[in-house]
Amino acid sequence: MNNVATRTPILELTNLSKTFANKVIFKNINLQVMKNDILSIVGPSGVGKTTLLRTILGLEPVDSGSFKFAGQVFDPTDHSQNQIGIVFQDYRLFPNLNVLENITLAPIQAQKQTPAAAVQQADRLLEFLKLTPQRKLYPFQLSGGQKQRVAIARALILEPQILCYDEPTSALDSSNKWQVANLLRQFQKQGMTQLVVTHDDQFAQKISSDIFQMG
Amino acid sequence: MKYIIQILPSLLNGTRITILLFAITLVLSIPLGILFALGLRSKFKPLAILLDLYVWLMRGTPLLLQLIFVFYGLPIIGIVFERFTAAVVAFVFNYAAYFAEIFRGGLQAVSHEQREAAALLGLSRGQTLRFIVLPQVIKIVLPSISNEVINLIKDSSLVYVLGIGDLLRAGNVATARDVTLVPLLMVGLIYLILIAGLTYLQKVIERRFSYYE
Repeated sequence: MNNVATRTPILELTNLSKTFANKVIFKNINLQVMKNDILSIVGPSGVGKTTLLRTILGLEPVDSGSFKFAGQVFDPTDHSQNQIGIVFQDYRLFPNLNVLENITLAPIQAQKQTPAAAVQQADRLLEFLKLTPQRKLYPFQLSGGQKQRVAIARALILEPQILCYDEPTSALDSSNKWQVANLLRQFQKQGMTQLVVTHDDQFAQKISSDIFQMG
Repeated sequence: MKYIIQILPSLLNGTRITILLFAITLVLSIPLGILFALGLRSKFKPLAILLDLYVWLMRGTPLLLQLIFVFYGLPIIGIVFERFTAAVVAFVFNYAAYFAEIFRGGLQAVSHEQREAAALLGLSRGQTLRFIVLPQVIKIVLPSISNEVINLIKDSSLVYVLGIGDLLRAGNVATARDVTLVPLLMVGLIYLILIAGLTYLQKVIERRFSYYE
């Protein structure tokens, strides 16, 4: 168990509400994501988990409510700081770029890192994620698990404060699923805060420091 | 054979004009088509409506009419172009409209999800367009663009009506003068050679983009 005294919130959602086409998606959500935790948002399909995640990522506007990041009011639509990383359910790798290019595009273009520095960092991540042999392959040449790890590397290279996953186990077989669980635990040991949206209760129970139930 | 050698210089000179018109039209109308395609998808509605109207006009009226309008019609209201410039203006605006529609379809085919992923990585819209969207759009639109490019070579013969000495005019003049079918057969052969070259180039470019699915 985490020591309560050392747990500080890194992300705070207050009274978040969202309607879509007159349908209430969620109402008055209050949620704190503690630093270095793995928080899972669970609930049946269609309950608004992914929509909640999309509002945190600034991809959907909320009708009301506020966000705080590390104690400061936070605008999730400003993506310039790369504070929150995401691994999408369908990974969303860029099909025209190889693995290395997928990972280094944002550090080179958005963060203005030198290509050499970005490649060096990407190679470290690829080695850690056991993807070195795939570094020059294109997404269509990868398995589902490999694509997911590339998506993780692509998010991690920007050194986000929080890494989010949308249904990380939905496309994986059981063995890959527990590999992902181990990976998340390793990231946690390295100090990463993680937010997992999943309908897989078993997976959530296994990995989470805290669980937020929706629906 | 002697006759062919005799008429070849005038046919090659006509070919030069045809290729020049073709190349200038292509170099100007493709970037313009991309810009218009982006405009057609603009959230600024007046721009999108204006471009829609432009595309409708250009695709809805014959290119021959547009050529005649630019060269013979516009001088009536005081806008005068030299023959070749008039041809370039009509061709560029006509082909840009077709390319705009092709690129608009290509842009639609690149999923919104990829743009979202790029935005979350902190990439600007310009960077997303340059590194992610356009390379995919080019692969998607290559077959349609290639069709239009082949049409363009053949359509360039329409400048005949403006009295420009293109390949077709060169052949027709020789046929009328010497009362023989040979020049027209040569013209057909030169068009076929040009189109064979373009078809080969199309295959090379398509191969270059076949590195991903």
